[in-house]
Amino acid sequence: MNARFFSLLAGALACLLPLRSAWALLPIQHWTLDNGARVYFVENRALPMIDVSVDFPAGHARDSRATSGTANLAIGLMRMGAGGLSESELSARLADVGAQMSTRFDPDRSGYQLRTLSSPAEREQAVGVLARVLLEPAFPEPVLSREKERLLAGLREADTKPETTAERAFAAALFRDHPYGLRAAGELDSVPRITRDDVIAFYRRWMRSDWAVVAIMGDLSRADADALARRLTAGLPRADGPLPALAPVTPLPAAAERRIPHPASQSHILVGQPGLRRNDPDYFPLFVGNYVLGGGGFASRLVDEVRQKRGLAYSSYSYFAPYAELGPFQMGLQTKKEQADEALAVVRETLARFVREGPTEKELEAARSNLVGGFPLRIDSNRKIHDYLGTIGFYHLPLDYLDQFVPAIEAVTVEQVRDAFRRRLDPGRMVTVVVGPQPPKP
Amino acid sequence: MKPKFLLPAAACLWALTANAGQGDLHERSLDNGMRVIVMEDHRAPTVASMVWYRAGSMDESAGTTGVAHVLEHMMFKGTAANPGDTFSRTIAAAGGRDNAFTSKDYTAYFQQLHKSRLPKALELEADRMHNLVLSDEEFAKEIRVVMEERRLRTEDQPRALLFEQMMAVAYTNSPYKWPIVGWMNDLENMTAEDARQWYQRWYTPNNAALVVVGDVAPAEVFELAQRHFGPIPPRALPVRKPQAEPPQRGIKRVKVKGPGELPYLVLGWHAPVIRDVAADWEPYALQVLAGVLDGSDAARLDNRLVKQERLAVSAGASFDAINRGPGMFFMDAVPAPGHDADELERELRAEIRKVAEQGVEEGELQRVKAQVIASQVFQRDSMFYQAMQIGMLHTVGLPFDAGDALARKLREVTAEQVREVARRYFTDDNLTVGVLEPQGGTRKASGN
Repeated sequence: MNARFFSLLAGALACLLPLRSAWALLPIQHWTLDNGARVYFVENRALPMIDVSVDFPAGHARDSRATSGTANLAIGLMRMGAGGLSESELSARLADVGAQMSTRFDPDRSGYQLRTLSSPAEREQAVGVLARVLLEPAFPEPVLSREKERLLAGLREADTKPETTAERAFAAALFRDHPYGLRAAGELDSVPRITRDDVIAFYRRWMRSDWAVVAIMGDLSRADADALARRLTAGLPRADGPLPALAPVTPLPAAAERRIPHPASQSHILVGQPGLRRNDPDYFPLFVGNYVLGGGGFASRLVDEVRQKRGLAYSSYSYFAPYAELGPFQMGLQTKKEQADEALAVVRETLARFVREGPTEKELEAARSNLVGGFPLRIDSNRKIHDYLGTIGFYHLPLDYLDQFVPAIEAVTVEQVRDAFRRRLDPGRMVTVVVGPQPPKP
Repeated sequence: MKPKFLLPAAACLWALTANAGQGDLHERSLDNGMRVIVMEDHRAPTVASMVWYRAGSMDESAGTTGVAHVLEHMMFKGTAANPGDTFSRTIAAAGGRDNAFTSKDYTAYFQQLHKSRLPKALELEADRMHNLVLSDEEFAKEIRVVMEERRLRTEDQPRALLFEQMMAVAYTNSPYKWPIVGWMNDLENMTAEDARQWYQRWYTPNNAALVVVGDVAPAEVFELAQRHFGPIPPRALPVRKPQAEPPQRGIKRVKVKGPGELPYLVLGWHAPVIRDVAADWEPYALQVLAGVLDGSDAARLDNRLVKQERLAVSAGASFDAINRGPGMFFMDAVPAPGHDADELERELRAEIRKVAEQGVEEGELQRVKAQVIASQVFQRDSMFYQAMQIGMLHTVGLPFDAGDALARKLREVTAEQVREVARRYFTDDNLTVGVLEPQGGTRKASGN
């Protein structure tokens, strides 16, 4: 299917607008187990199904340049042999009851989520698999060697693609020595050196009960949710100290521009800076302002200037991805080589003008109107609510975050947006990456 | 709609078995021939609203391929009453999300919003059904956007190029041989008049269906539909020629060179799709076969070719049984380093032969059926998905409430039927083989 505006934009919005949680109709129940694991639960009996996830602070930012790929292999391999069952046996047990299990893996977090029918036999079998995966992973040596081989093949393949080349160069320039700049899946030269002992050590180091966040949504009682959370964290070791914080992301010392040749028909252009934190005092002004700049699809300036007025690109966007430390602020587009410089100039001018002048009162009103009016769409399915539970829990957001969300949006003013963008983004100090056909040398 | 690793056309195996259909589906026809289908879902105060047109790339002609999709883009360019981008801005200001998609079989437009905003969305959809302004100026800009879309999603994606070439070779007469986005040369030579003719031909209420899923009262939706869409006069639709595909009489092979490190292999066999929900059995057996081969991590292809014997980085099978046009059973694989496409072709075909000779185990069959049952529940979590399913079934010409019947038919498939379709359709003469030959990293691979 060809859509008019595909998931690049949807993805950008998803990065940007993650949370909202507990309103009166969907009360979040929260408690802490004896082993320190924090549980977030919403009971909903409308459908006979349960979503449950367990996350740890074990994302790829826990890797170093030398160990890059360990976090990815650790979370990936947990399901490939556990509790005396082979990977095939684990998969078969899930498939036999129609359950779906997947990993979550980002710079901050890694974990597993499970969706199962709530009927007792199906639920018991599915939860049994998840408990084995979380608590008794075997990390078989032959599976590790196979997965490293597949991973390396995938990395080499991805490296031939202009979008991967651009994203890698962008992250490296944006984050420099910070682990947010590492390749999430691992680097070509570090993955071959990762041993089974490394993976086991990573699992033991970061999968601690006190650091676990258990999010549960669906057709079960609080007592059942409590028992489920206990079962999924029982036997995990306790932490022997506070959670080590990630290093802060430092400001860019100067503008940086990289042009990388590639034979593709289009140039891929990325422009950005370190952006904002999950718990950031400027979160709402930046979030609402970005809707006007490049987050609001056809209502945004970037789409208007790049696509609607000039026909330069199919997709153009901007987003802030909020992490524990400063995540990326990123603007991007793809356009045929002859137009690359023109498009880049439009992006730069659009940003500079927005930072200089801020949104108009009318634009801001449109942004608030969309974000407030669209709020019910953020929590209209079990899956969406479950996602928010995990995020609220992991980032220690207030349980009434959802109640605060609409008033916080409504309170944002033009002056606040202009002030926040001026303080947080410097158009004269951006990372710029252009991957694609280069003009011939004179 | 998300960019998929494997075959662009391969939807989720069970994607069409889920609408609940337990008495909460309601349907009317307006006097002008437009169908209105409503499904109540009161879990949240939101709605998914879609207008489906039975006009996709299969309705195009040579020389103007891609016009269905181009018109989809132009539908956001305004009317006299709602000029420019008023449509999207109005939906956005109402807190809604809107978009559209084009397939070989249909074009559809949707909004997701708070239920109180549904009347506005329907008013705007009705307006652009018959009042669209297609100016030369807007067309000239938008056709450039579409060409950038083609560059992004096809020209610079070697696997998408392979798939496009493979379809062009696999089909002889069926318009399924054309890419949905259109050939680049056709886009370069398309005019605003081509778009106008397409709009005149197909955008009429008797070729459209409104599907609304959400926290609504059906009577109110019917009343709104009557008020906004009811006054639009119908036009006679052109005769649709069957353009049936003649029998294939020998294996077809196509190779595509492109940048990359790993080869990629796609196999496609012509196979029957569902025309009569109750009487047919083969399409369901083919779906179950795809499930046995690739329905879960425990399925045969992943288990043997990827995990045990490590011949492939990935391997898959898929069959979409719900199309207006002809069906095709696909298998694909990315050979592991040290292995090649020829070897994987033998291995994939050996898996089919194994089923043809030895059948499938009862446990495998039950596993596929368990997934069908669970999917029926899981997919009720998404209003959007339910609206998709209803709209798709109706638009391809099946009963819009066939979801339950389709799931029941899948559960009734026997091991012997799976074996029988594996014997019947996977012959050499019925096969097209596509191979992507990687030309290495960033070396120049083709003249762009």
